[in-house]
Amino acid sequence: MFKSVEELVRTATERGIPISEVMIEQEVHVRRSTREEVVGMMERNLEVMEEAVARALEGVTSVTGLTGNDAVLMTDYIRSGKSLAGDLILDAVAKAIGTNEVNAAMGRICATPTAGSAGVVPGTLFAVKERLEMDRDAMVRYLFTSGAFGFVVANNASISGAAGGCQAEVGSATGMAAAAIVEAAGGTPEQSATAFAIALKNMLGLVCDPVAGLVEVPCVKRNAMGGANAIVAADMALAGITSRIPCDEVISAMHEIGQMMPTALKETARGGLANTPTARRLERNIFGEKENVQK
Amino acid sequence: MKYRSVFDIIGPVMVGPSSSHTAGAARIGLMAGKLFGRTPRLAHITFYGSFADTYRGHGTDVAIVGGIMGFDTFDLRIPQALDIAKERGIEVVFETSDALTDHPNTARVHLEDEDGTFEIVGISIGGGTIEITELNGFPLKLSGGGPALVVLHHDRFGAIAAVTGILARHELNIGHMEVSRHEKGKQALMAIEIDEHLSKDVLAEIERLPQIERVAIFGE
Repeated sequence: MFKSVEELVRTATERGIPISEVMIEQEVHVRRSTREEVVGMMERNLEVMEEAVARALEGVTSVTGLTGNDAVLMTDYIRSGKSLAGDLILDAVAKAIGTNEVNAAMGRICATPTAGSAGVVPGTLFAVKERLEMDRDAMVRYLFTSGAFGFVVANNASISGAAGGCQAEVGSATGMAAAAIVEAAGGTPEQSATAFAIALKNMLGLVCDPVAGLVEVPCVKRNAMGGANAIVAADMALAGITSRIPCDEVISAMHEIGQMMPTALKETARGGLANTPTARRLERNIFGEKENVQK
Repeated sequence: MKYRSVFDIIGPVMVGPSSSHTAGAARIGLMAGKLFGRTPRLAHITFYGSFADTYRGHGTDVAIVGGIMGFDTFDLRIPQALDIAKERGIEVVFETSDALTDHPNTARVHLEDEDGTFEIVGISIGGGTIEITELNGFPLKLSGGGPALVVLHHDRFGAIAAVTGILARHELNIGHMEVSRHEKGKQALMAIEIDEHLSKDVLAEIERLPQIERVAIFGE
C-alpha cells in the first residue's frame, strides 16, 4: 500500500499509468477481488452522488430549516447569464451546495471523504465533466484519484473534524477534487500532487464550528467554496505553477495544526461561529433551553 | 495503517448528516447488535467528547439505535429509529459523560435482556470508519494492519487450540494474538489478527465449537 503522495506519484510516473489506476490496482489487491467488482462498486457510489444532486435541484430543506434551496437559487442565477465568476465554477458551487443540502436533510449521500464534506468531490466532477468530455469511465476514475489522495491524508493525518477541524474534512476534500480535476484534464501525476498541495494550503487552519452542532451552518457553504478553490488550484497546477512546499509536508502541517487546535473549535459547537449570539439563539430555537444548559 | 480501502474514503453511502457522528455511530451500533445476537430489552448508550456535545444535531442517537437494530449506514429508516425501537419494545437510555477519552468520538453501548448483558466501546475515527476499543470490559488493542477475529469464549482448556487449529487447517496465518480474561474459568476473549481474508465458512466453523460464545470479524 502506498504511504505517501510522493510514493503514489512515483509509482504512477514510473509505470506510465494514471493515479486512478494505481488506486484501482491496490484496491483489487487488498480486497482480493476483481477489477470489474471494484470499478462496479465505485460506479454505484457515483450513482448515489448523481441522485443526491438531482434531488437537491428539485429543492430540499433540512428538518431545522437552517439550510436548503440554495442550490436552486444558484442554478437559477447561472441561467440568468449575469454571473461574474464563470459558469463552470458556479456550477460546481451549486452542486456542492446541493449535495450537502441533501445530507443536512438526512438524505442519502456518499461520504467523500466525510458526509460534512460530501459536496466538493461530486460538485466539481459534475461541473467539469462536459468541458473535459468525460465518459462514465473517466468519471469513475475521478473518484479513484480523489480516493487515492484522501487515503494518504486519512492514514498520515486525519479526515475527522473532531480530530483535525474542518481543514481535515473540507480541506482534504478540496485537495482530493483538485488532484482529480488535473488527471481528468490530462495533467501529470506530479501536477495532481501540486494541485492538492495548493488547494489544501489555502484551507489550513479552518476550524470546525458547526452552529448548534448541526452539519449545516457553515458546512454547506464551506463545501461551495471548497469546490471553487479546487477548480482554481487545478488550473494553477495545469498552468505550470508549482508548490514550494511538497504535498506530503502540507498534509503533515495540516495534521500538526489540527493537533494544536483547541477542542472548542473541533466539532464540539463550543467556539467560533457556533458561539456567536445568533448561533446560540438558533440553537435555543431548535433544541430549547435545556439543551443549551448542558453545553 | 488505519484506512485500507478506497471505499473508506469515497464512501460509505449513508444517510446524513455526518460520516463520523451518523454513519460511524450506526456501525458501532451494528457491531454491538450483531455481537449481542438478539433484540435487547434495554440499550444504554453513553456518549463522550464530541459525541456528547453534538449527538442530537448529528443524529448520532438515531443512528446508533438504528445500528443496534441492524440498520446499515444507508438505511432510510435511521431517522425514525427511536420510534421503531419503541415499537420493538427496546428501552433506550442516553447518557452524556465528560470523562476524558483517548478519542473525541467515543460511545459505550450496553445491551441487556433477561438472558444477559453485553457491552462495547467504539470510536469513530473519521469518514465512517470505526474501531472497537473495548468488549465486555476487555480492552482490545488491534493494530489495524489486517482483519481481526474476535472470539468470546469460556476460559477452559483447549479453547485456544481448537480455534487456532481451525485457522491452521484453512492455512490462515496469525500475525498477532492476544488472550485475556477477567477471572479464571469465566468469560475470556481472544483477539487474533490474520494476514488473509476470512471466509464466512471459517467463522461458522469456529462458532460451532463448544467453548465458543460469539465470534466477529473486525476491520474488513
